[in-house]
Amino acid sequence: MSTQSKSIFGRLDTVTLVLYLALVFIGVMTVFSVEHRSTDPSIFMMSKNHMKQFMFLGVSLFVGLIIIFTDSKFFSSFAYLSYTIGIFLLIITIFAGVDIKGSHSWLGVGVARFQPGEVCKIFTSLALSKFLSSPDTNFQTLRHRLIGAAFALAPAVLIILQKETGLALVYFCFFLVMYREGLPNIILIIGFSLVALTLASLLVDRLVLFIIITTLAAGGGYLIRRELKRNVSARILLVGAWLVCILFSQVMVPVLFKYVLQKHQIERIYSTLGQDVPESYMKAGQKKDEKKGNVSDYNVKQSKIAIGSGGFWGKGFLNGTSTKNEFVPEQHTDFIFCAIGEQFGFFGSGILITLYVSLMLRLIYLAERQRSAFSRIYGYCVASILFFHFAINISMTIGLAPVIGITLPFLSYGGSSLLSFSILMFIMLRLDSDRQVMIR
Amino acid sequence: MSIAANPRQFVIRTIFISMAVIMLIRLFFLQVVEDKYKVMANDIAIFRKVVYPPRGAILDRRGKPMLYNERVYDLMVTPGSVSKTLDTQSLCEVLGITTQDFTKMLNKTRIKSGPMRKGVFIEEMSAQQTARFQENMYNFPGFEMAERFRRTYPRASAALMLGYIGEVSPDMLKKEQYASYQQGDYTGMNGLERSYEDVLRGQRGVHFLERDNFNRPREPYKGGTLDTQEIAGKNLELYLDADLQELGEKLMRNKLGAVVAIDPRTGGILAMVSAPNYDPNLLRGTERTKNYSKLYRDATKPLLNRATQAYYQPGSTMKPMTALIGLDVGAITPSFGYPCAGGYYACGKRIGCTHSGGGHAANLRLAMAHSCNSYFVHVFRLIADNKKFGGVKNGVQAWHKYCNDFGFGHPTGVDIPFEMSGKAPDSNTYNKMYNGSWNSCTMLFVGMGQGEIALTPIQLANSMCIIANKGYYYTPHFVKSIGNNPNDPLLKKYHEKHVVTHIPDTFFDVVAKGMQDVVEHGTGTVAKMEGIEICAKTGTVENKAVVNGQAMKMKDHSVFVAFAPRVNPKIAIAVVVENAGFGASWAGPVASLMIEKYLLDSVSSKRKGLEDRMYNANLVNKYTYAIDSAQRLRDAARMQRREDAKRLTDSIAFAKDSIKAMRFFNKYYNIKKTK
Repeated sequence: MSTQSKSIFGRLDTVTLVLYLALVFIGVMTVFSVEHRSTDPSIFMMSKNHMKQFMFLGVSLFVGLIIIFTDSKFFSSFAYLSYTIGIFLLIITIFAGVDIKGSHSWLGVGVARFQPGEVCKIFTSLALSKFLSSPDTNFQTLRHRLIGAAFALAPAVLIILQKETGLALVYFCFFLVMYREGLPNIILIIGFSLVALTLASLLVDRLVLFIIITTLAAGGGYLIRRELKRNVSARILLVGAWLVCILFSQVMVPVLFKYVLQKHQIERIYSTLGQDVPESYMKAGQKKDEKKGNVSDYNVKQSKIAIGSGGFWGKGFLNGTSTKNEFVPEQHTDFIFCAIGEQFGFFGSGILITLYVSLMLRLIYLAERQRSAFSRIYGYCVASILFFHFAINISMTIGLAPVIGITLPFLSYGGSSLLSFSILMFIMLRLDSDRQVMIR
Repeated sequence: MSIAANPRQFVIRTIFISMAVIMLIRLFFLQVVEDKYKVMANDIAIFRKVVYPPRGAILDRRGKPMLYNERVYDLMVTPGSVSKTLDTQSLCEVLGITTQDFTKMLNKTRIKSGPMRKGVFIEEMSAQQTARFQENMYNFPGFEMAERFRRTYPRASAALMLGYIGEVSPDMLKKEQYASYQQGDYTGMNGLERSYEDVLRGQRGVHFLERDNFNRPREPYKGGTLDTQEIAGKNLELYLDADLQELGEKLMRNKLGAVVAIDPRTGGILAMVSAPNYDPNLLRGTERTKNYSKLYRDATKPLLNRATQAYYQPGSTMKPMTALIGLDVGAITPSFGYPCAGGYYACGKRIGCTHSGGGHAANLRLAMAHSCNSYFVHVFRLIADNKKFGGVKNGVQAWHKYCNDFGFGHPTGVDIPFEMSGKAPDSNTYNKMYNGSWNSCTMLFVGMGQGEIALTPIQLANSMCIIANKGYYYTPHFVKSIGNNPNDPLLKKYHEKHVVTHIPDTFFDVVAKGMQDVVEHGTGTVAKMEGIEICAKTGTVENKAVVNGQAMKMKDHSVFVAFAPRVNPKIAIAVVVENAGFGASWAGPVASLMIEKYLLDSVSSKRKGLEDRMYNANLVNKYTYAIDSAQRLRDAARMQRREDAKRLTDSIAFAKDSIKAMRFFNKYYNIKKTK
């Protein structure tokens, strides 16, 4: 119990703290490199985004300090209440939101604006941890599993209603947490196969896909024919799986693309797959030649040029020609990774990715050493959120994923994003410092 | 940590790590394996800006600018930055345009260069517009002035000699000499601008700039380390005297002809006038094409440099040369006389002489002073038939050799382009003309400068230099020094002394004295001046032109050659005024006034009347227009004929082909039929 005797600062996990500070520092410097022009009179210009980001960092650290001085039990007791407030804010946003760049997910109070969707990740993490760690919860029952899923998906639905699909996607990261807490393997497998099936139904002709699925089902049935003879449920399972696959690929995906997704989302998905949008999915009034050279295509192309031109060692700090001359739109927010890729090359990008992975692995390590389930689950929540943001954001800048407007944690410019990630991190640090204490 | 390590944490860790590995692989391919992105990044972000250095100026002998770069301002606008609250009304007032014009012009710019890039709003603002806009500039965001340089001719003279610049045409670009040019570059098209293109142009600089997503250039790429600096063009300092040139152009106003004045000591051209001349400022900027075609169509042919390109028979001005050749060959002595009584009858046909008084050709000096035709025709015959050569053919050949030495029959090599060679006939010329059967009587006119000989005014002036220098000349040229360096390698060939013949100085002295007598008491007294010994020769040249299909005798060309002073001559001059009459009546005064201006720096008030008479005379022959239009019609007809002939040959060839084809098919068809 020697750790308990140290002061609260001594008990904070140094590795995590250093990784966190390294990333936010890189973030401010990168935003600076994107904004800075050689003609600027001084590097300390309050109108520039890097100075604002520096200010947000100050605020974040201050909030972090408050969190560290807060009792660790406060977070678990505050969990449900905060979740309720979060949901409430999201509902308000649907009606009273401000439109910024086509999304309706911002709440404005005077000059200050913030995105409840970002902040709500914290509340959802807390609430989910509280729920899953509660002694009344038996996560082996379907009922509790559904409740857990509802905790994660309720904000996502509300955020989709705000037309901010990218952010909503992040809430699916909680399934990773639930998987750790006992969600059956099959969920993960089903999840992956659904993604694969969706891609297949976009890439392969419908009839061909029907034949492939049927052949696969028939082949599978032949392999386990003895089982099928003996077991009724096996038969039902096989036919059911086949039916679901057919339904999903033949009905669900077309319906989804035709009626649910927006024009730009369809374009982004197809642009990532490197294909043109088929005419059947085009919206009314959309011209055929219009689909070429759309905005997100331009973004990804410029982003790839910027990153690709970096080479192994990069062009050097403040020497990125694409970065300096604003070829990549939204470069200080969603596309900030381009600035790293161009200026520091493969070497710098590799270091950055290593930093992120180290931080996430460290968080899992921290989570696993917690005595209380609440802290452990919360740790997984933080790691999963980070992972989703990290994976989707970088993948989209290098053309591995469709353009989804979510930020790169700690690096992207933006108060809401930096503050919410900082809070997530500091709560985890605070919980970790009291890891010997059982928190209910 | 009561529970054993949960296996699922490893699954999650594996997911995290594998995602990172996928990204790293992808990044490796993007950044290290693929090269195209580097090329693309440079293509989109680096702008290669060619910087044109200022073109060299051209200065006269006293350093007065003849041609330099004038600063003009274009009004530029970035349509996207024009604020919605712009006070259009006041801007229009400042610029002196209407609001409708404003909208129209703004739209034009927007279409031309896009909303985010700067485009020209008003090209070459007037001085008033510039001044008023400069005061109010801060009121009109989005508008700015752009400085530009324009070639300008402050004295508006010597148009054809200075030349002009124009855009390099695609045809020119194919030639090797224009290898360093690209489309849109300007190059000297005529005159000194063309001859000294390489020094005037300087060296282009290439600057690499970064540009942004709207294609706007920004800061230098890599701090400008890859840039090459531009080198400014050098100035040309001329021998040309701007005031003398101006006087010459004024004197030659409303006349056709040419004046060439050369400093015999250096070969430097002091003035070169081709009349009619035009304001060289017309041939620049946007109006160039329009004005050029106007000048091109003009019947008086102002684009023809009569000083170097027009052929004139020298007439009596040939006589000093004939005398020198005669003396050198030994055909005559200075005291040789000819009993002329108003005509030359030795060859059957009478050749008229303006003087009939006895003894007006009693010796060379007198014959020269009175310009006795009989005397010089006879001298020519004596040269051609000289026993020394053995036969007229060899004699003419020897005479031709002398002519070449005097600079006739080949371009002088002056430093402006398109000089013509003139004509100096030799035996071959006459063999062709007369089928080989001719004698000295056939072409004796050549001795008095008529007939087959044709010279350009600059050749005439150059021959005066030779007489003034007593046997040598420097190639006539305009440029004294390049960038204040008189020893520039380009000028080396002009420092070369051409010793033409080895005629003894005494002969030159006799001829020069004879020419002095021309002015003192001969045919050219009009050129007489207090205190200066002028040596001159008048010429009245018969000429013909084709009018309505018939060769018609036109009014004589007035020709005058001179050099002064007799001892240590400083100026040699040749003047031709087309279809004006006697040499002494028009060309003489021009030469005399210009000599006075050059030697004494001003024209004395006593000769004001003469000057005014010259200014006010309009000697453009009324036939000029008729001749010109007839010539143009003939040219058009010839072109038409040529095209018709070409079409005919084409169609014949085509018909032949089709006949061949027909035969072939017939054969084939017949074979088939027989089967």
